[in-house]
Amino acid sequence: MSTVNPPVVFTQDELGWVSWIDPLPEAELTERHFAGLVDRARAKSEYFRLLVRDPEVLEARTKTDKDIFYNVADGLPRAERELAAAATSRYNGCIYCASVHARFASTYSKRREDVQRLLDEGVGADLGARWNAVVKASVALAETPIAFGPDNIAELRRAGLDDAEIVDVINGASFFNWANRLMLSLGEPSK
Amino acid sequence: MAPKDIIDTLAGIEPGSTLDAIRARRLQARENAQKSYLSLFEPIDAGDFSLAERSAVAAFVTWLHGESPVAAFYREKLAANADGAALVEAIKSEIERGKTSGPYGAFPAGPLSVENKAGLIYRVSAERRPELGARLVAALEHAHLLVFRPRDAASADMKALLAAGWSTTGIVTFSQLVAFLSFQVRVVSGLRTLAAASA
Repeated sequence: MSTVNPPVVFTQDELGWVSWIDPLPEAELTERHFAGLVDRARAKSEYFRLLVRDPEVLEARTKTDKDIFYNVADGLPRAERELAAAATSRYNGCIYCASVHARFASTYSKRREDVQRLLDEGVGADLGARWNAVVKASVALAETPIAFGPDNIAELRRAGLDDAEIVDVINGASFFNWANRLMLSLGEPSK
Repeated sequence: MAPKDIIDTLAGIEPGSTLDAIRARRLQARENAQKSYLSLFEPIDAGDFSLAERSAVAAFVTWLHGESPVAAFYREKLAANADGAALVEAIKSEIERGKTSGPYGAFPAGPLSVENKAGLIYRVSAERRPELGARLVAALEHAHLLVFRPRDAASADMKALLAAGWSTTGIVTFSQLVAFLSFQVRVVSGLRTLAAASA
């Protein structure tokens, strides 16, 4: 049994992740699995070698993820897509996902202290009108039943987002309701 | 202009509409949300997680989010299976018992413990267990955890699924299915809300 040292607070530090069930051994990966991994380097990650047990779903999931977050030809700035991911993860309670996307939000926004306040104080932290609107929309989407409504749209519009940017918020926040559930339930973070 | 996909159908997005044009700017995401749906519901190999089980879990998960076009879609998908109508009835009565509001659950013991929120720990009713069988009973109980209190998940939950006859690969696909639906139901709800606010 490897030693797991689970973090007990939200952090922007780099964390590891340990699977609770058996990932595929690297030596058993075939071309079908590499297609599922999309990036061959992901064969080094326990998380991706676990998800690659269903390569077709992993490939589609990965390509959905990459376009929602990395396609910045237009739409919402990357920093605010990462903010939606971090806020969703903070609210659902995924310390691992929050660490990764809080770091990205800090890198792209240069507002590391504000991002840290989201982690420390939670989704009620006052981060200014525009970020507050993104965080509130993400939280409303994360609730079950879903609480996202016309008030969230109005607030995002008042904060200056157009409809294409609002769709980026919806996609980014919704995607993390997918990612959080995998990361939280198949294994655990370790410092 | 791309043909309507499952998200368009569920969100009521018509070709040539404003939202259709916005979705076209994220073509890879659009195509792969569709491929995710297809690889979960029309898989190459359903040996570890049968198609009937997939539609039963999907009907349960989407219905737990409240009544919606998405829930109706997956309920119809389940009803189309052999014995599907009986399963819809069984799941309907389980939804009554399992309905609640999330997310809730516990954080790792420490400074975050003040944010712990107690809530329903759902178990399938005793009278429905024989009819659903051990695999589906374990799946519905774990799906409820994933929907409402994912931060409560522990390694013991994986052991419970393995003990109920789920393979490791089956657990991965099952977890992807529940997590994917958590995404899909939100995208559809968000896009519907946006369309209504722009009308």
